[in-house]
Amino acid sequence: MKQLLVSVLIMAALLVSPSYAEGVLPDIPKAIGEPHPEGNEYWRVNHPDLLRHDRDQTVIDGIRDVDASLAGCVSCHAVKGPDAAPLTAESDQYFCRVCHDYVAVQIDCFQCHTSVPDVADQARLLPYSENPMADLQAYLEGVSQ
Amino acid sequence: MIIPTKEKGAEVSRRDFLKSGAALATATLAPGVTLMAFGGSAAADGMKPGARWGLLIDAAKCPEDCSACVSACSNEHGWENNGLDTDPQWIRKVTLKEKATGRENSLPVMCQHCDEPPCVDVCPTGASFKREDGIVLVNRHTCIGCRYCMMACPFKARSFVHEPVTGQKTTTPRGIGTVEGCNLCVHKIDRGDGTTACVEACKATGYNAMMFGDLNDPESEIAIAVSTYASVELRADLGLGLGVRYQNI
Amino acid sequence: MERIVYRELRSTPKVWGVMALCAAFVAAAGGTVLYIEHYGHIATGMNNQVVWGLPHVFAIFLIVAASGALNVSSIGSVFGKMAYKPVARLANVLAVSLLMGGLAVLVLDLGRPDRLIMAMYTYNFTSIFAWNILLYTGFIGVVAVYLYTLMARGVDPRALKMASLLAFVWRLALTTGTGSIFGWLVARTAYDSAIMAPMFIAMSFSFGMAMFMLVMILTTSITDRVYSPELRTRQARLLGVFVAAVLYFVIVHHLSNIYLAKKTAYESWILLGGGIYTLIFWVGQVLIGSLLPMILLFHPKIDVRKGYVLLAALLVVIGGFAQLYVIVIGGQAFPLEIFPGFEVSSSFNDGVVSSYTPTWLELSLGLGGVALALMIAGLAMKFLRIVPENLSDDNVDPALLVE
Repeated sequence: MKQLLVSVLIMAALLVSPSYAEGVLPDIPKAIGEPHPEGNEYWRVNHPDLLRHDRDQTVIDGIRDVDASLAGCVSCHAVKGPDAAPLTAESDQYFCRVCHDYVAVQIDCFQCHTSVPDVADQARLLPYSENPMADLQAYLEGVSQ
Repeated sequence: MIIPTKEKGAEVSRRDFLKSGAALATATLAPGVTLMAFGGSAAADGMKPGARWGLLIDAAKCPEDCSACVSACSNEHGWENNGLDTDPQWIRKVTLKEKATGRENSLPVMCQHCDEPPCVDVCPTGASFKREDGIVLVNRHTCIGCRYCMMACPFKARSFVHEPVTGQKTTTPRGIGTVEGCNLCVHKIDRGDGTTACVEACKATGYNAMMFGDLNDPESEIAIAVSTYASVELRADLGLGLGVRYQNI
Repeated sequence: MERIVYRELRSTPKVWGVMALCAAFVAAAGGTVLYIEHYGHIATGMNNQVVWGLPHVFAIFLIVAASGALNVSSIGSVFGKMAYKPVARLANVLAVSLLMGGLAVLVLDLGRPDRLIMAMYTYNFTSIFAWNILLYTGFIGVVAVYLYTLMARGVDPRALKMASLLAFVWRLALTTGTGSIFGWLVARTAYDSAIMAPMFIAMSFSFGMAMFMLVMILTTSITDRVYSPELRTRQARLLGVFVAAVLYFVIVHHLSNIYLAKKTAYESWILLGGGIYTLIFWVGQVLIGSLLPMILLFHPKIDVRKGYVLLAALLVVIGGFAQLYVIVIGGQAFPLEIFPGFEVSSSFNDGVVSSYTPTWLELSLGLGGVALALMIAGLAMKFLRIVPENLSDDNVDPALLVE
């Protein structure tokens, strides 16, 4: 009995260990534009409700100037791939995919919505980066100086 | 600032003073606040209050070999009809031949944006709905893809998306398993373009068979046209109050 | 005359065999759903002209038969016919299982079945479809209560009476709603008619009785239970009456349509010029589904010719599918008459009869629904005491004991 318990615990530890090997949190790609005034934590926690609320406002009431318009998110949070074209939601390095794959919560937004910004806005996007966390680190250090 | 006086002396009642004070206060604050505080309809960004958008189509001006409206809609919204029965078609050119006389005609048919839409009545989740300004839309977030609205529409205005979609236009999200149809270019109306893609294209060809406007605005071109010249609704026997009217069928 | 004894079915190899066969069909349907979910409805034969296809034919048949299966127990509890009381429990369970099978097919054919939970809290109460969903789920609850009053000890007979009456009225509302899904569509020439609702009520009586008899025959043939020939004969005669009633409504529907000038084009198409639909109507619905069964069921020797009963019930079911195929698919294939008095053509199938070819995927989904219904009923028969053990002629009706 004790042996069984120990082996189960070891197996469980092994199962979760890969995430510890690579780092605790996912590598979130850097965005362009002004940071959210409410802070990233607020958006991380509340974006599902904000998106749902604002989509009803847009579709039913015709109000387009909302904080959580999906096209608005995409225009800042899209990243370019190695071939200099913006990554689509098919790629696992896409902004939304990085966290959603990590927490295993499937989203179906991009079955209908396009996941790349308009052609006019694509020039503003940052070039592809192999190591987004290092870039983010460098950016934060630059900002703090 | 004008402090209202009463005939019986210069005494100002407390109520009048407060009213005038409120008027002064709102005048100094942003105009948007006034609109909301006094119950203006919708925010400054939103639908035009009291509007009823519609189309007027003159079949006499529409030649049989032109389908500019169809191509324009297709390009604007990102759908393609390559002839398969499962391909979407938001607007189509219909060729008519009167059985009794042999006279031929052609005109475009799309969602008629009814005042009493059967599709809205029958949708189990309320995804098919009518906006306050008369545009009948499918809220694809709520659509479960049951296709009952397609059964109910007298004009076969709606299409079902039978396969996964990629490369959508930013302004027209569309995807697998939901129902879609002409949305009167709601994104163009909301950003103030004042027209739809099909009407724009028809004007560009020079035929000018299609007109777009606010049917509730007595000074608009379309309201003047429908009140001057005869126009009919398709399937008028159903009494649905259509937003699209036709001349010279 | 003995008291009727109910006992769970024993797990014999034959019972296992039938359940395994049903499970195989259900698994196949599950695979079908995953395939359609991934690739989209392009994998089926349904298109923008014929939006509801073979799965819906199966689903509507099962739902209509479900309400009719309940009728078998209502005949005993509401109308007081003693001979039907022993089979009331089984009829109730069959009603619920047929409904579940039908709903499963309907729900799994949705474009976005993943949104079903959301659909349960965003309701549009002007939609007859939405009302039907409420009626269907309520039906399950009402029948469960009714079954409880049948099965539990010490239940006040008035409670049983009330539960059975509620169930009877509920099923009439449900079937009226199902018929009105079509009858209230003003857009389509084939549907726009008040007669659809009562016709569906008649269809429910007929299909439900036939399905019940088939399940009863199957169960008693794979186990050692008895299906009283007296009860079987009464049900056969009653089924004959129901089939005649359905034929009556069909005749009235078409005759009325023929008189309405605006519907003659549709009528001449469906009755004469509709190709496959005309064939299915006359051969499938009228000949196989109505005339042949009536000849069999009203045969004077029906009490000894149990093969006739089996055959007649099968023919009624086949005819029922044919009828629903003509209604659901034929009604959509006929073009919408947007411009009366004009010949019409366009790139979107205006003015032409639309084509629809069912695929194996859709057949698999439909059959999976039937198999699911039989599996649920079978499991209930295995674990609950609903099938009578001694349903012989002696025990069926005390009124028969003249001495």
